[in-house]
Amino acid sequence: MTTINPCGAELPGTLGEAMPFLCRGAVVTLQSTLGGSVIAIAIALVVGLMATSRLRSVRGVARAYMEFFRGTSVLVQLFWLFYAMPILTGYQLDKVGAGILALGLNLGAYGSEVVRGAVQAVPPGQREAAVALNFTPYQRMRYVILPQAFVAMVPPMNNLLIELLKTTSLLSVITVTDLAYQGRLLVNSGSDQLVVFALMLVIYFLFSYLITLLMRYVEGRAARVVGRERPRRRRSAPAVEGAR
Amino acid sequence: MIWDWDWTLEILPDLLTQGLLVTVQATLGGAVLAFVLGLFLALLRRSRRAYISRPVGAVTEFIRSTPLLVQLFVVYYVLPDFGVSMTALTTGIIGLGVHYACYTAEVYRAGIDGVPKGQWEAAVALNLPRHWTWLSVVLPQAVRRSLPALGNYLVAIFKESPQLSVITVVDVMGLARELGSERFRYLEPVTIAGLFFLLIAIPASILIRRMERRLDH
Amino acid sequence: MTTETQPGHDSRAESERQWMIRFDKVVKRFGDVTVLRELDFHVKPGERVTLIGPSGSGKTTILRLLMTLERVTSGTIEVDGRYLSHTRRGDRLVPADEKHLRQVRKKVGMVFQQFNLFPNMNVLRNITEAPVRALGVPRDQAEAKARELLELVELADKADKHPSRLSGGQQQRVAIARALAMEPEVLLLDEVTSALDPELVSGVQNLLRDIAQQGNLTLLCVTHEMRFARDISDRVLMFDQGQIVEEGDPEQIFTEPEHQRTREFLQAVLDA
Repeated sequence: MTTINPCGAELPGTLGEAMPFLCRGAVVTLQSTLGGSVIAIAIALVVGLMATSRLRSVRGVARAYMEFFRGTSVLVQLFWLFYAMPILTGYQLDKVGAGILALGLNLGAYGSEVVRGAVQAVPPGQREAAVALNFTPYQRMRYVILPQAFVAMVPPMNNLLIELLKTTSLLSVITVTDLAYQGRLLVNSGSDQLVVFALMLVIYFLFSYLITLLMRYVEGRAARVVGRERPRRRRSAPAVEGAR
Repeated sequence: MIWDWDWTLEILPDLLTQGLLVTVQATLGGAVLAFVLGLFLALLRRSRRAYISRPVGAVTEFIRSTPLLVQLFVVYYVLPDFGVSMTALTTGIIGLGVHYACYTAEVYRAGIDGVPKGQWEAAVALNLPRHWTWLSVVLPQAVRRSLPALGNYLVAIFKESPQLSVITVVDVMGLARELGSERFRYLEPVTIAGLFFLLIAIPASILIRRMERRLDH
Repeated sequence: MTTETQPGHDSRAESERQWMIRFDKVVKRFGDVTVLRELDFHVKPGERVTLIGPSGSGKTTILRLLMTLERVTSGTIEVDGRYLSHTRRGDRLVPADEKHLRQVRKKVGMVFQQFNLFPNMNVLRNITEAPVRALGVPRDQAEAKARELLELVELADKADKHPSRLSGGQQQRVAIARALAMEPEVLLLDEVTSALDPELVSGVQNLLRDIAQQGNLTLLCVTHEMRFARDISDRVLMFDQGQIVEEGDPEQIFTEPEHQRTREFLQAVLDA
């Protein structure tokens, strides 16, 4: 039995015409998702923890960041980073770099809210116990608060990562050759629209599903670390995405 | 000076009249569709007949898991093949509305689930017909619970509406892109567009948070 | 048993005046837990019956079965000579459809422990909604009737208020008016004063006492207030583990209970 290469040009009809291009685009989409996620999670942790600070000024900076990036749409931020910022600063990012940065900055702002909420939801007794045990502030955060908050962060983070994946499609507007770009190109060059769009949607859906599977695994691990059963919960859209 | 004030003053009126009008139309149109269609989807999703609730659940999940942009392409490129011709703006409103209906459906569903069991039981004890139980007891309470989240989605639709510029809708962002491409200089129009969204979205979010707190009490 | 072969409408002529409520070998299980075990009991028209017993003994389940909020596991219940949740098909009894339930429910009303007023309607609308929507009473008539009932529960000035503006006792009195507006023949009272602050209890109890003495309502009451039970009822049933362990008139049950469980229970309640 020969294995069929799902990205091969030898597939019949429109499939053979489209899949090689869509696969190339899908790789770029995955790379952008990964890059954006790394930046978004880093920002979320830093800014989210800043938002729980006891210092007003630190909290203020975090709040301003969150409000600013949640207040405009990613598309505008993307355009600004790629087309407008170079004029102001003279520094031109390449398009993939600008795209990943925009994704990270924007979704990082939403992620900060998740981190803040999860940290503040850890019962105050835990922090007090850690103080009583004479932990340093770093130790308190690293060994007591964060592991517990982490469990609560995972399900909303799952939603955010799926949002991030979906948002990568906007990079096509600044001509990043991702899945959305390749698909549109195929349609413009005369491929069967219905087939191409259907394939694109299915690939995006599979990637979303992959993220959910991954995050479920992470959630299970995280829950075991703090000795809790993994809560049986379906992907709930409203909780976080109400903000988006 | 890097910032071109003369040009700023030249393009500002157009952005704030023409562009704003289209953005508002897209946002309100999309929101109305999302709020109405979402309620129907939520009700279908709760149907006791599995052959209704399952497919509806699957389709809404699928739409939530795939990008709005690609869905806009589908509506924009594919519908005309079936003899449906619409303006780009109408196309965009449908795309936005259907996409966000799949989110508001979840909001309504949570709202309906949040109505206490005692309310249903009181309706049974009063022999209230099924449809009146929904219309006069359950839905008013469910929708009230859903209002803050719906408000957030209104803001979300507003912020995502610039995506319609990709399918040639000339909203604030579409106009900014047009103006930018004429001189190949995007700094001023795109910055103005960004500020415009900030100035509306931030107060709106604060207002909704306040409403949420009031409903909690 | 004769009821097995002569159920429903056929037996109506003879049972009509005899029993308003009739439980026949009723079993109710929730999963593995058996709440009612082959329960038989009857209530005459206009009779006022109080169910007492430790929590978990199945008293509330009886009311919920009568209100069709739960379905029997086996056995039958009749209300005014009609099967509550069964209909006859040939010589078999089959679960009744919603249409049948709506018919029998007309005779039964219920007041809940937690009031369950509709928070999205004002007091007047709470009372008129069901008569208008379920019975098709014209709204102005329903409102006139509702105002009379509010007069009766001494809340005439609160017609336009929302339930959240009322005290627990006032809310419960509205709930009573709301149940009466449907003109039921049987009124079920499910621990109606348990959720009230102590100082509000007597107002609700006095109202119910009046209602019990005036009308020819059949009352079925679950309560932990023994004084109230004594005042209001013609007959008291003591429940334990899904069975009636003792029954009799209030004087007898409360002053010289025969059964050991009844004595223990009354002792525990009085000590509390």
